[in-house]
Amino acid sequence: MIENKRAHYIQKTLTHILFIIAAIFCVTPILFVISAAFTDELALAQEGYKLFPSKFSLEAFEYILESPKQIVTSYGVTIAVTVVGTAISLLFTSMLAYVMARKDFKASRLISFMVFFTMLFNGGLVPSYIMITRYYGLKNTIWAMILPYVIIPWHVFLMKGFFSDLSITLVEAAKIDGGSEVGIFFKIIAPISKPAFATVGLFCAFTYWNDWWLSMLYIEDSKLTSLQYYLYRIMNNIQFLATSLTAGNISIDRSQIPGETARMALCVLAAGPMLIIFPFFQKYFVKGLTVGAVKG
Amino acid sequence: MTSKNSMKKNLFHTKMNWGLGALAFPGMIFLLAFYYVPLFGIVIPFKQIDYSKGILGSDWVGLKNFKFFFSSQDAWRITRNTLGLNFIFITLTLIISVIMALLLFELGRRSVKIYQTALFVPYFISWVVASYILYAMISPEMGAVTNMMKSMGKIPENLYYKPEIWPVILTLAYLWKNVGYMTLLFYTALIGIDSSYFEAAAIDGANKLQLMLKISVPYIKPVIIMMTLLQIGKIFYSDFGMFYFLTRNSGGLYATTDVIDTYVFRALRVTGDIGMSSAVGLFQSFVGLILVLTSNLIVKKSNPDHAIF
Repeated sequence: MIENKRAHYIQKTLTHILFIIAAIFCVTPILFVISAAFTDELALAQEGYKLFPSKFSLEAFEYILESPKQIVTSYGVTIAVTVVGTAISLLFTSMLAYVMARKDFKASRLISFMVFFTMLFNGGLVPSYIMITRYYGLKNTIWAMILPYVIIPWHVFLMKGFFSDLSITLVEAAKIDGGSEVGIFFKIIAPISKPAFATVGLFCAFTYWNDWWLSMLYIEDSKLTSLQYYLYRIMNNIQFLATSLTAGNISIDRSQIPGETARMALCVLAAGPMLIIFPFFQKYFVKGLTVGAVKG
Repeated sequence: MTSKNSMKKNLFHTKMNWGLGALAFPGMIFLLAFYYVPLFGIVIPFKQIDYSKGILGSDWVGLKNFKFFFSSQDAWRITRNTLGLNFIFITLTLIISVIMALLLFELGRRSVKIYQTALFVPYFISWVVASYILYAMISPEMGAVTNMMKSMGKIPENLYYKPEIWPVILTLAYLWKNVGYMTLLFYTALIGIDSSYFEAAAIDGANKLQLMLKISVPYIKPVIIMMTLLQIGKIFYSDFGMFYFLTRNSGGLYATTDVIDTYVFRALRVTGDIGMSSAVGLFQSFVGLILVLTSNLIVKKSNPDHAIF
């Protein structure tokens, strides 16, 4: 018995050690960037990336807040896209998922299949690109960064998984009381589905906030450059600068490109909001992240 | 009386259909506009696109675009990279996250929360930011890993010019970003197990390992199979951001890091080659579909309940 208890104790400790190592593996790389953002530019150049700033400085953030207008603009674009996108996406995704979960509705199977099929087969990048730029006229508009992600099949299925676990008797009772389907969804189903709304809503927000793909494809106007795309462009410019310098072409304005610490500070500003928000949604994940059956 | 009753029932029925139809309507519009309408685009690779004639009116060119891609020297390299790396990613992610979920299930709720948060953090970081993080680690002048190697007396190399190391870096990056999410997916599935199963088995003298293998694993098997099937369908696709940003699109690394998606993107961006890019896109999608259908059929043979359709 004692032997058994001891084995159990050792086993538990080993499990904890394993998870601590995994947690370190996940978090440490990010700390290097955060630390660099708060380091003096010169100290960083001399001593390299450290877990803690070798010489603390807020200059990088001051530089970002003072100088290029582009950063403020990009922040605005990203916030607008995320807020509007998440609102539309969460609303339409939940409505669609609810209908799919209502097995008593004849068309629910067909709708489920149509959503599922898009996960298996799609037209590819070129056809969507042509549709969005030539026919929908979304190029260089803010909607190009919002509309294509409104319905993401995987999110629909996560929500459907949650709704499917709810009891149909709720709906039946409400219907006897004379409630309409739309009313029932918003007044009865939505309020008790907080975990699903929180989880999928967070995923929607994260999809919009972190997106560079749609900006890369459809946005040329610098007034509509999102934060992530701006970060990518800086990286690109630096590489361009490096190759131009070695090629002897020094006609590039160096002051246009933020220093190393400023770039890291930008990373912190770009990734920060999502990382601060998501732990608050943590408690909903276990309930809200329901992978239901895809079929039927 | 009867007719009145059935009339009422009918009314009730139509009303319900309208209501649910209205709820599904906006979502369906988006689904059609952004997933189904572009499906007409599968004719593009067979055509010489001329916008003045419209897509459907353009001239047919047969399989020219496909031949052009498959006879190119790059086809083998990028297909090998895509399939090889995806195979490693899918297998490792699956094994590691199932094991982690099972172990997490053994721990108390409070420690679960802390680990869950830490493991989930990378999932919320974009590949653009991740590329800066990687740079902070392996930058040839001042990267953290580079400095560590220096202090250990090793001569660090510029990893951005060493293609042979990149399959390892990319695998670590993929696991870093995805294991937390997958672990959580399996963990939430495990939560659903009725604890009386475990109690009964424990009374019968089953040990921890037996409980895991005989109760937990079979319970989450449908979720494991579904996730695997969905990933098999995407085996010709790659996480574009990871391959494009982490490698900084560095030509010196293409030997091991160039995948179908990055290749198509460059073809489209640099040369504007619509014909070939759409041909490759169709190839990816079509082969993926065939693979899912086949694997689903195999699953169905062994256990119809586990098939996803």
